[in-house]
Formats: sequence, structure tokens, C-alpha cells
Amino acid sequence: MKYDYLIIGNSIAAVGCIEGIRENDTEGSICVVTDENYRVYGRPLISYYLWNKTTEKKMLSYRPDNFYKKNDVELMLGTRAEKINPEKKTVSLSGGREIGYGKLLIAAGSSPFVPPMKGLDGVEKKFSFMTLDDAKVLAEAIGKDSRVLIVGAGLIGLKCAEGISDRAGSLTVVDLANRILPSILDEKGSAIVQKHIERRGVKFYLNDSVAEFKDGTATLSSGKKIEYDAVVIAVGVRPNTALAADAGGEVNRGIATDLKCVTTIPDVYAAGDCAECLNSITGKSQVLALLPNAYMMGHAAGVNMSGGEELYDDAIPMNAIGFWGLHIITAGDYEGEAYVKREGTKYKKLVTANNNLRGFILIDDIERAGIYTRLVREKTPLDEIDFEAIKERPQEMAFSRAVRKDDLGGVK
Amino acid sequence: MKRIYVNEEWCLGCHLCEYQCAFANSGMDDMVKALKGKTIHPRIQVEGDNKISFAVNCRHCSDARCVKGCISGALSRDKDGVVVIDTDKCVGCFTCILSCPYGVIMPSSDHSVVQKCQLCMDNASGEPACVKGCPNRAIVYEERI
Ligand SMILES: Cc1cc2nc3c(=O)[nH]c(=O)nc-3n(C[C@H](O)[C@H](O)[C@H](O)COP(=O)(O)OP(=O)(O)OC[C@H]3O[C@@H](n4cnc5c(N)ncnc54)[C@H](O)[C@@H]3O)c2cc1C
Ligand code: SF4
Ligand code: SF4
Repeated sequence: MKYDYLIIGNSIAAVGCIEGIRENDTEGSICVVTDENYRVYGRPLISYYLWNKTTEKKMLSYRPDNFYKKNDVELMLGTRAEKINPEKKTVSLSGGREIGYGKLLIAAGSSPFVPPMKGLDGVEKKFSFMTLDDAKVLAEAIGKDSRVLIVGAGLIGLKCAEGISDRAGSLTVVDLANRILPSILDEKGSAIVQKHIERRGVKFYLNDSVAEFKDGTATLSSGKKIEYDAVVIAVGVRPNTALAADAGGEVNRGIATDLKCVTTIPDVYAAGDCAECLNSITGKSQVLALLPNAYMMGHAAGVNMSGGEELYDDAIPMNAIGFWGLHIITAGDYEGEAYVKREGTKYKKLVTANNNLRGFILIDDIERAGIYTRLVREKTPLDEIDFEAIKERPQEMAFSRAVRKDDLGGVK
Repeated sequence: MKRIYVNEEWCLGCHLCEYQCAFANSGMDDMVKALKGKTIHPRIQVEGDNKISFAVNCRHCSDARCVKGCISGALSRDKDGVVVIDTDKCVGCFTCILSCPYGVIMPSSDHSVVQKCQLCMDNASGEPACVKGCPNRAIVYEERI
């Protein structure tokens, strides 16, 4: 069997790719293989699922019911791609089958990273928090009296804490770092959000780590002891790069790609959490493990695979996340001169460098944040806008009349 | 497709469009009951000072960043090109607020989901109520190429 387009992974980057291909080519055959047993769903929804803010049915309707049919996609569930054979242009699948491709997209995402920890093997109830199945197993294993220990105070660990907060008895979070969410927040921001989360009864042990798990007690490096019934490991994720590496493709932290999302292997593309792309602010390649990024990179790959041209050259780090009603929006990075405004839990930090807005942090003050994101992404020269006005509040008024005319009177 | 466009020079800054929007989306048929004494949450917002003013709402982008980045698939472009929100699927993560370059998608009144202009295709008005109610044609609903 040979397909014009073969996609490994059935998540957001895959959907972007399918939609990108079908903009150019309505005929070519598409096959998607996934080792999960579901149609596509947004991975970030698993915490909302546990928190009863969504249901499995709604999760699985990321795209309409007829999505695969309408796009004429053959979906192979429960099937693992084991090996790419670039010289034959085939992929070996679990179960022994081998299928051919014209163009291949690796959209294999990332996997939880579990560092070696003493005694972890002996922990009976230990979980990762990446997939719908992970969420289901976790929900099954805990109850109203369960003491849950979460290792990792990053986005995934804390979203997990929120998700299971009404299902568990107590929640404790341990992290090696001295503050929470260091990947998106500065020190002040971390402190504000930590306080907010602590008010919900979550206990933090920062600047600390688990030295040993034994008989339901975790002993920390500091000597403190925490009793647990279940442990969630959420220290980080690792891009799934093995398929590309084994096939001889260049791999750094993620799979190396160019602006057309092509790897160093002919006719093989990569997108999403498994791949590196250009961070247009720093000019360096990196993995941007974010859902919008996965979609857009997948889309660009799909367009390029099907004979069109879409350069993926405007990616930036950006994040929207909330904890118990406290919303955080961030973008770019914080290398430059900072303007800071703080009022209670409201926090705004705008960082400028070389006449550009380079990054920002907004906590509990997120209205119209996309206008700031636009300045970061488009590298708008700040002397061409009314920066004083926009510092106060993101607004269209801060742009010149000509820009406004185009924004509000032009066709988008 | 028909979209709402702004004629900045003609805007009086009267905010009537905001009230028309809030009323059209209130699901009620009495404007006084719907709006009087209440904080309104319109999907169109008037910006500016007493010299320049204009109304801003969703551009219904053909290449909509809000749709591309939505984590739940709650945002989509319908067959007519209208960018619509399915609040049943939305989980209120606000990734779309991060993504929209014009700042025109916003939290709903209770902040649990987002709301946006859907050109009144989702309410009884059937055509943009803001445009209908604008006294000076400072916003128009038309086809532009
Ligand atoms: C709990 C949680 C919360 C998150 N919250 C946010 C958020 O709020 N905002 C945000 O922007 N991002 C968030 N993310 C990140 C976001 O989910 C990812 O960036 C996004 O899912 C990446 O999509 P992807 O298509 O690259 O890969 P993935 O979603 O990782 O999917 C890859 C798929 O490929 C399959 N696969 C892998 N290898 C193979 C193989 N060899 N054969 C067959 N199938 C294979 C996997 O099983 C998986 O189904 C969150 C992630 C998690 C886990
Ligand atoms: S909400 Fe913003 S990004 Fe989405 S279609 Fe409207 S203007 Fe475009
Ligand atoms: S707030 Fe709702 S519509 Fe916006 S990105 Fe999140 S789930 Fe999608």
C-alpha cells in the first residue's frame, strides 16, 4: 500500500497538515497512523476533563464528526510507526505491515520525561499527565481522601493539580526550581500565581526534590517527609525524535527542519512538539511545544508537501493559561527594558528592545492581549505607534490612521 | 463575504452600537429590561477620544489566528466564512485572546468562555444590529474585495 501523504501522529499538527494539504490537493491519498485509540483531541483539555469543564465527547469533537471522511483520510488507530525506511520511502508499522509514502510528516509530538528517582519503581500508583488515557487512569485511581504528590510545578503539573482538585483529598507539589512556572513567568509573576494557587489548598515544596519514595512516604532532599497515595510525574516533556534520528535525519533537541518544515531526509517533514522551528524573535531554532504552534507548523508543512509554499517564519513563544480563574497570557521573551505595572493580583510587564516589543507577561489583566502579541510577532517599530497609550491598554487607537484603515476597512 | 467595515471619520462616539449589540445578544425583546441598570458586555467596542473614535469588532479573518490556535476546536469558520464560537466546547483557556491581533474576542460576562461577534447570525436580529443601529453609517455591512 502506498499513500501520497502519510502522517505519523494524529494530533494537532496532523490536523493542520491535513487542512493544509487539502487547500492544494483534493485528490491525493492521505493516511494517518496513531498509537492512540481516539480520533483527534486537544491534549490540553485533559485537565478540563478531570475538572468537569468538558466531556470526552466534546473533547473528541475538536473537528466535526465527518472530518476524516470529508478530507478522505484513512485513519489507522492503535498503530505505531516503528521505523522510517527513507531509501524505500516506506514506514514499518507495528504488526509487521509496511506502507509507502510520497511525502511523510512526522507529527509524533512529545512524551513525558521521567527522570530516575530512587524508589519510584516501587510506587504503585504513579502517573504521567499527557493523554486522555492518562487522565482516565488517574481519575480511576484517586478519591476524595487521596493525598496526591505532583512532581513538577510547570504548566502540566499545575494544570493537573487544578484538574484533580475536586477529586483528591490533598495536593502537594514539589519542584527543584525555586519558583513555579519559570518557563513563562518572572519572579514577581511566579509569586503572584503561587499565592493564588496556595489559597486553593495546594502545598508547595520548592527548591527541593524527592530523594526517595518508600512505603507511601516521599523523603525530600531537605529532609522533609510527605505522605502520598498517588504520585504524578510532570517534570517535563521530551520531543519524540527517535524515528527521525534512526532514519539518519538531523536531530538536536527536536527534529531539525527548515522554514518549509522539511527535515534533512528528502520528502520527510516534521511539525509540532517533535520538531524545531525558527523562533523569529531570537533567530534561533527551538522546540515550541505549544498547541497553536503545532497547528500552524503542521499547516505550513501540509501546504509545502502538496506543492504550495508557506514559510513558517513567524513563530514566537506564547502562552495562555489559567488557574482557578486567574488568567495568564505571555509571549516573546524578557530580554530588554521592562515596564511594570502591578495592582493586587493584576500584573503587567512589557519588555522592549531595539524599538520593538520583545515580550510581555499579563496576569489577571488579559483583555485584548492579542494586540500585544501582534506587536511582538510583527516586530512593529514602537516609534510608529503611540506606545504610551498602548502601554496603558492594548488598543487599535495606538496605531496610525493608515494602519487602522487597513485593519478596520480592509479585507482580512 | 459581507463584513462590517468602519468609516472612522463618521463615528460620533455615541456607543449606540455597543448597546445594540448587547441587546441583540441578550435574547430579550425589551431593550429597557435587557439593558437598564446593567453592565453591558458588547462584542463591539468603541475606542477613541472626543476627536477620533471608531468601533472595533471581529474582522472575520480568512486566515484566522484564533481558529488556528483554539485548543478545543470551539472556534471555526462556517461555510459562509463567518468565524463562529461553539461555547459548549469552549473551556475558557483564552488562547484565542492571546492570538487575535485586533483584540476583539473577549471573555463572556462570567469569564467561563469567550464571546465574539458572529455578525448576528446567532441571534434573532439576522443582520448586524450594530450597523442597523448606527445613526451615521460609521459602520457598514458590505462586500469588499
Ligand atoms: C496537560 C497538558 C496541557 C497543555 N496545555 C497547553 C496549553 O494550555 N496551551 C498550549 O498551547 N499547549 C498546551 N499543551 C501542549 C500541547 O498539547 C502540545 O503542544 C500539542 O498537543 C502538540 O501537538 P502535536 O500534534 O505536535 O503532538 P501531540 O499532541 O503530542 O500528539 C502526537 C501524537 O502522535 C502519537 N505518536 C507518537 N509517536 C508515534 C508513533 N511512532 N506512531 C504512531 N503514533 C505516534 C502520539 O500518541 C500522539 O497521539 C499542553 C500539554 C499537556 C500535556
Ligand atoms: S476573533 Fe480576531 S483573529 Fe479571530 S477572526 Fe475575529 S479578528 Fe480574526
Ligand atoms: S477560550 Fe475557548 S474558544 Fe478560545 S481558544 Fe480556549 S477553548 Fe478555544
